[in-house]
Amino acid sequence: MSPESPKPTSNRWFATTIAITVLIASVSIIAGFAWLPIAERDSPFRSVWDAICSSAGLVRRSPITAVVNPTYKTSTVVVSLQTLPAATAESVGRGGTLAMRCTMCHGARGVSDANTPNLAGQYAPAIYKQLRDFKSGARTNAIMNPLVENMSDQDMRDLAAYYAYFPRLRASHSANEPAPQIVIHGAPMRNIPPCAACHGTIGYKVGTEWLEGESPVYLRAQLEAFASGERHNDISEQMRNVARGMTIAEIERAAAYYAGQP
Amino acid sequence: MLHHKRLILAHFWLGFGGFGLALLLGAWQMWVRSPLHPWINNPEHYYRSVTAHGTTMGYVFPTLVAMAFGYAVTELSLKRSLIGIRWAWAGWILVALGTVTAMVPVSLGLSSVLYTFYPPIIGSPFYYIGVVLVVVGSWIWVALMVVNVYAWKRANPEAPVPLSMYASVAGSLLWGWTAVGAALELIFQILPASLGLTHTIDAGLARVFFSWTLHAIVYFWLMPAYIAYYTIVPRAIGGRLFSDSMARLAFALFLVVAMPIGIHHLFGDPQVGAGFKFVHSAFTALVAIPTLLTVFTISASVEIAARLRGGRGALGWLKALPWQNPMMLAVAFSFVMLGFGGAGGLINMSYQLDQSIHNTQWVTGHFHLIFAGAIVIMYFAIAYDLWPHLTGRAFVDLGLIRAQLWTWFIGMIVLTFPWHWVGILGMPRRMAFYDYSNPALSPEALSVVASVIGGAILVVSGALFFTVLVRGHLAPRVEPPEYRFSVAVRPPVTVPAALNGYGLWVGLMLALTVINYGFPIFHLMFRSDTSVPVVHIGASR
Repeated sequence: MSPESPKPTSNRWFATTIAITVLIASVSIIAGFAWLPIAERDSPFRSVWDAICSSAGLVRRSPITAVVNPTYKTSTVVVSLQTLPAATAESVGRGGTLAMRCTMCHGARGVSDANTPNLAGQYAPAIYKQLRDFKSGARTNAIMNPLVENMSDQDMRDLAAYYAYFPRLRASHSANEPAPQIVIHGAPMRNIPPCAACHGTIGYKVGTEWLEGESPVYLRAQLEAFASGERHNDISEQMRNVARGMTIAEIERAAAYYAGQP
Repeated sequence: MLHHKRLILAHFWLGFGGFGLALLLGAWQMWVRSPLHPWINNPEHYYRSVTAHGTTMGYVFPTLVAMAFGYAVTELSLKRSLIGIRWAWAGWILVALGTVTAMVPVSLGLSSVLYTFYPPIIGSPFYYIGVVLVVVGSWIWVALMVVNVYAWKRANPEAPVPLSMYASVAGSLLWGWTAVGAALELIFQILPASLGLTHTIDAGLARVFFSWTLHAIVYFWLMPAYIAYYTIVPRAIGGRLFSDSMARLAFALFLVVAMPIGIHHLFGDPQVGAGFKFVHSAFTALVAIPTLLTVFTISASVEIAARLRGGRGALGWLKALPWQNPMMLAVAFSFVMLGFGGAGGLINMSYQLDQSIHNTQWVTGHFHLIFAGAIVIMYFAIAYDLWPHLTGRAFVDLGLIRAQLWTWFIGMIVLTFPWHWVGILGMPRRMAFYDYSNPALSPEALSVVASVIGGAILVVSGALFFTVLVRGHLAPRVEPPEYRFSVAVRPPVTVPAALNGYGLWVGLMLALTVINYGFPIFHLMFRSDTSVPVVHIGASR
C-alpha cells in the first residue's frame, strides 16, 4: 500500500510529528512554568526554581505566625452519617431511663409547653451534638451544663436514640399561605441559604435540627443568640453568618413558620 | 449495504428517545427559572431535572449515536458484515441497562448531583453504577471498531482504509481513552464513598480526573458530525471532497490535541498549579488546527459542488448551492453555530479572559451552541441520510425536514445568544432560583425570557424531528440505491502509513496525557491533607 517504511526511525512522518509535539510542549512548559511567572512586574519568586515549584502547584507551608484563638470554646464535634449507627432497642430503652431527668423541661414524651426544644422525633445526630457541646462548654446554659457534666458518651447516644424513636412533630401550615421567602429561597444576595435546605423540607444535612413544631419563642431566642454571638457552637460559624444577615422580620417569620402556630 | 439494520436502529432509537425526554426537561428548566414562572419552591426538583438532562444528553444520547453511526460506517465503508454482532448487542444492552439503572435513583431524588458528579456531594450508588455500565457498553463498541478495522486491513493489506472508517475508529479510540478519567474517578473515589466504604473524598483530585474526560468528550461528541462533514456532505450536495489526506490529518490531530487540555475547565480551581493551567491553555489553542483544517476543506468541497452546478464569481457561487437540500442546510447551520461557539470558546480557553465568564451562563450558552447546535444538527442530518437505508422507505416530506432544521437553528440561536449575554452580566449557571425583582438581577430578566422562547422553539423542532423519523418508517417501501460516501477530488491510491493507522497518534495522545496530567494527579494522590467528608444526598438518619 504505502511506499514508506512504517518503522519509526526511518519514517519522516513519525520524526516530524514527534519533533513538533515535543517543541510545542517544551515551549509551553518553559513559558508557563518559568518565563511568565518571573516576567511579572512584582514577581514574588526569588529564583527560577521557586517559580517552577509554585507553578507546579506545590504548596509551601506558611511560616507559623501567632494563631488567633477565640475567647470562647468552639465545638469539636464532627458528625457524619456514620457517627450514630442505627439504634438498638437496648439503647432506646436505656435512653428512656436516662430521660427521666429531662422530663421536667422537655415533657414526658419529648413535647412540652415550656418553650424548651421539643425533642420528640428530633434527629439523633442533632441531639447528640448538642449534648456533647453542652458537656464541653461550647454551648452554655445554666440548666443543661450541670445536667450533662457526668454523662458518658454512651449516655448521650442512648438519649439521642430515645428521642429520635418518637414520631416527628409537624407544624400545621395553612394551605393558602406560601412558606416565607427566607425559609424557601433564603436571601441569595445576602448570602443566606434557605432554612429548608438544611433543616428539612428541601434538604437535610446531618447534624442539623428538625425545626417543625418547635416553640417560636425558642427559635427566635436561638436566632438572636446566634446573631449576637452569644451562642457559638455552630461549625464554621454557619448559623452565626446566617442569623447576622437576617432582618428582625425574617427571624419572626421563620420562627412563626416552623412553629406552625397561627 | 447494511447487514444489521435492527442493531443500528436500536441504537439510534434508544439515543433519540432519551434525547426527546431530556429535551423536554431542558425546556422545563429554562421555563421554571425564568421570570415567567413563579419559583417552584423546591430547588431539589430543579437539580433532579438538570441531572437527568445532563446525564442523558451528555452520556447516553451522543454515545448511542456514535455507536449507531460507527456500526453503519463499518458495514457501509468496508462493504462487509460487522464482526462481533453478539458483542454489539451486549454493548447496547449494557447501555440500556445502565441508563435505566442511573435514571431510577435520579427520578427518586437520590442522586441530584448533576452529570459532572460534584463530589464531595454523593448520591445513590446505582446512579454511578448506571453511568459505569453505559461507559462499559460503549467500550465494547470501541473494541469492535478496532477489531473490524484491523480485520479488514489484514484482508486488504494493499488498500487504504476508507476515510469514513479511519475517522470512526479515531473517534472510538479517543472515547476509549478519554472515558478513563471519569471511570477512575467513579471506580476509585466516588463509588467507594457512595457504598459507604469510605467517608472522605479528595474532591480536587476527582475534579482533575473528571477534567480528563470532560473536554475530550466534546470531541467524541463532535466526531460523528465531522465524519458527516467530510464523508457525507460533499456527496449529498453533488460535490467532491477537496482533500482526503487533509481529512485524515484532521482526525489524527483530534486524537492528539483533544485529550491533554481538560484542565482549562479548572482555571478557578486552587488544587492545580498555574503552570499546568497555562500548558493546558496552550494545547487547547492547538485544537484550532484540526478545526480550521476542517473549515477550509469543507468550504472548499462545498465550493466544488457550487462550481459544478455552474456557480461563478468570488462569492457568487454561494447562490448556486442546493439550498433546498437538507444536508446543505444542516452543514451551513452547523458551521454558523460552530463559528459563534468557537469564537466564544476562545474566551473560555484563555486563562485570563475566562475569569470574566467562569461558571456563568456564558459557559452553558457556549456548550449548547457547540454540542446541541453544531453537533446535534449534524446528528439529525446523519439520521436523515441513513434512514432510507435503514428502513427501506424513502422520506416523502423534505419540506418538513427543512422546517425541522430551520427551527432547530433558530431555536438554538435564540436560546444561546441571550445566555452568553447574561453570562457577561454575571449570571451564575446551575442556580435554581434567580430573584429578578432584585435591581442587580433585573437587567437579565428580558434575556432569560428570550431563552425560554428559544427553548420552546427547540421543543417544536424536536417534535418535527420525531414526526419525520416516524413517518419515515411508515412511508412506501423503496429499494434505496447503494449507499455511497463522498469521493475525493483525488481518491487515495496510497496513503502515508501514519495516516492509515493510529499507532503514532495514540502514542502521542498517551504521552501528552502523562506530561499534562501525570504530575497534578500524582501530586494530589500523595498529599494527605486534601480529603473532605462526603455529603450524602437525601441522607436523613
